[in-house]
Amino acid sequence: MILFSSQSLAQLRIEIRQGVERPIQIAVVPFTSQSLSSSEISNIQDVIQSDLINSGRFTTLPQESMLSRPILPSDVDFNDWRILDIDALVIGRIISSGQDQFTIHFQLFDVLRGEQLLAFRLLSDSSSFRSVGHKISDMIFAELTGITGIFNTKVAYISQLGVGDTSRYRLIVSDIDGENPQIIADSPQPLMSPSWSPDGTQLAYVSFEQDKAAIYIQNIEAGTRTLVSDRLGINGAPSFSPDGRYLALALSRDTGNLDIYMLNIDGQVLTRLTRSPSIDTEPAWSPDGQVIYFTSDRSGNPQIYKVDTRLGGNISRVTFEGTYNARPRLSPDGNQLAVVHRGANNNYRIALVDIESGLTQVLSGGYLDESPSFSPNGSQIIFATRENGSGVLSSVSTDGRIRRKIASVVGDVREPVWSPSLED
Amino acid sequence: MLKKINLLFFSLLAIILASCSSSPTQQDGTASDTSNNSSSSVNGSNESAMISGASGSSNPDIFEDTSTQEVLSNLLIYFDFDQSDVNPEFNSTLLAHGNRLANNSSITIRLEGHADERGSREYNIGLGERRAQAVRRLLLLQGASNDQITIVSYGEERPVVIGSNEESYSLNRRVEIIY
Repeated sequence: MILFSSQSLAQLRIEIRQGVERPIQIAVVPFTSQSLSSSEISNIQDVIQSDLINSGRFTTLPQESMLSRPILPSDVDFNDWRILDIDALVIGRIISSGQDQFTIHFQLFDVLRGEQLLAFRLLSDSSSFRSVGHKISDMIFAELTGITGIFNTKVAYISQLGVGDTSRYRLIVSDIDGENPQIIADSPQPLMSPSWSPDGTQLAYVSFEQDKAAIYIQNIEAGTRTLVSDRLGINGAPSFSPDGRYLALALSRDTGNLDIYMLNIDGQVLTRLTRSPSIDTEPAWSPDGQVIYFTSDRSGNPQIYKVDTRLGGNISRVTFEGTYNARPRLSPDGNQLAVVHRGANNNYRIALVDIESGLTQVLSGGYLDESPSFSPNGSQIIFATRENGSGVLSSVSTDGRIRRKIASVVGDVREPVWSPSLED
Repeated sequence: MLKKINLLFFSLLAIILASCSSSPTQQDGTASDTSNNSSSSVNGSNESAMISGASGSSNPDIFEDTSTQEVLSNLLIYFDFDQSDVNPEFNSTLLAHGNRLANNSSITIRLEGHADERGSREYNIGLGERRAQAVRRLLLLQGASNDQITIVSYGEERPVVIGSNEESYSLNRRVEIIY
C-alpha cells in the first residue's frame, strides 16, 4: 500500500487503498527557477507528483534516488532512468516573464523509447501555481493512460461537527485533492443534497435553517443565494438539468408523500412528473436531459424507475436485482447508473447498474456506503462510507481496480458530489 | 387486514377512554405540575378539585386523570425497520394526545419524523415523512384538526443516538411529538 498525505491546508486527506497492479513508474525532476523560492516552486511540482500518486495509477521516484537532475531536454540521459526502471520522465522550469508573471515549461518523455511525448509552456501568476500543476498533471495523465484528467475538478460535500444541539453542518467545496476548502453554507440545522450546476458556478442544496426543508441555489464565487423552493411539506433532492434551466426535485406538498417535479428555475413553473402514493425521490437526469431516473418504493421496496421529462407519466422500472436500489446517478455517457444497493448481510454498498442489460456489479465493500457521484470523465465514483464510526469519503474506479480513502481532518464528512469539468 | 384490526381496536379504545375522562382542559401541563398544585386547591370548585385530587385521592376517576397525564408525557413513537405503521403499543399514547388536541383547539403540535442511518438520505426523508403522516392520521381520527398539526421530516439527519447497531437504530426510528 502506498500512503500519501497532502499538505496541511486540506480538510481531506487521500490514501490509496488499492492501486493498479502494474503502476506507471514516473520520475518528476525538481523544477528550477531563478527567482522563486523552493516552496513556491513546490506548489507546482509537488502538486504534479501527488496528483499522479493519488490517481492510483502511478508510482513516483524519490528525488534522492535520482542519478541526474536534467533541466533542459538536451540534459536528459535516458540511461540514467532506464537503469532505475523508470517508464516516464517529467522535467520543467519556471521563468519569470514580468511582474508576478511566469512561464512554466515542461516536457514528458518515454524513457524506454527515448522519445519526447509532450512539451508545453503555460503562463501563470504565482497564485495559480496549484492550478497549473493540476493542468500539467491532466496532460501527463491523459498522454500516458488515455483517460481524460480530472485533477482540476472540485468536490462539494457536507461536514458535521458534533451531535445534537451543538451540531454544526457545513456545505464545503474544495479542490478534488482536498485543498482550498471553502465554506459555502454553515448552519446549526441540517444541510443536505448538494447538486452542481452544469457550468460549475452554482450549487443547489437543502437547508433546514427555517426548521423545515427548503431548497436554495447559491453562487459559489459571489456567495449570493436564492430561495427556490420552500413549498408546504418536503422540498428535497434538487438536481440541475444538463442545460441548467431546470431543477428536478422531490416535493410532498399537501399530499403528504413525495413525488418528482421539474422546476423551471427562471420562471418558477412547476411540472409534476410522478403521481403515486409511494415515496418518489432522488431524481437524476440523463445526459441528454430527456429522462429522469428516480427512487420509488411503489413496488414495496425502493427501486430505480425512469420517467420521460417531456411526456411525464411514461414511467418504467429500471432495477430488479435485490430489494433495495436507491439514489441513482448517471455515468457521463448515460449508459450506467451508480446506486445504493442493499446486498448480502444487509450491507448497503455502491453498485453499478448497466441500464441496457440490468447487470448489477457491486463496487464498494462497506456496510453503509451511500451518495455515489461520478467523476466527469466517468472513470471514478466518489461516495460516502463509515469507518470506525466516522463518516469518511471513498472513491473507487469504475473497473474496481483503484480504491482510495478520503478522510476528513475534522468532523464527519458525507454526500460528496464531484464537480463537472471546470474551465478557468 | 392487520391494519384494519388495529384501527378498530384503536377507535374502540378511544371511545372507552373518552367516556371515562372528564373535562379535558384540566389535563394540560405535566404530571409534576399537577402534584405541585395539589395542596392549595383541595376545597376549590369542582374543576380545581379534579386537578388537586391527582396526587393523593383514591377516587378512580382521578386515578384515570393521573394515568392520562403520564401517557401524555410520552412524546416519542418508535417504528420497526423500514416500516411506517404505528405499533399498537403506542395506541394509548396517541389516543391521549389525540383527545387533548380534539378538546383544545388552540393547542398545536409539530410532528418530527426520523429514520435510522441505513439507506439513502433523501429516501429516509420520505420515510420520516411517512411515519409522521401515520401518526397524524391517528390523531385526526381522535378529532384533532388538520391545522393543529404541522409535520417535518429530518430523515436520518438528526439521530438521538450515534451508533451502527440495532439498539441505536431502534431509538432513532421515531416520531417526536412537540408541543
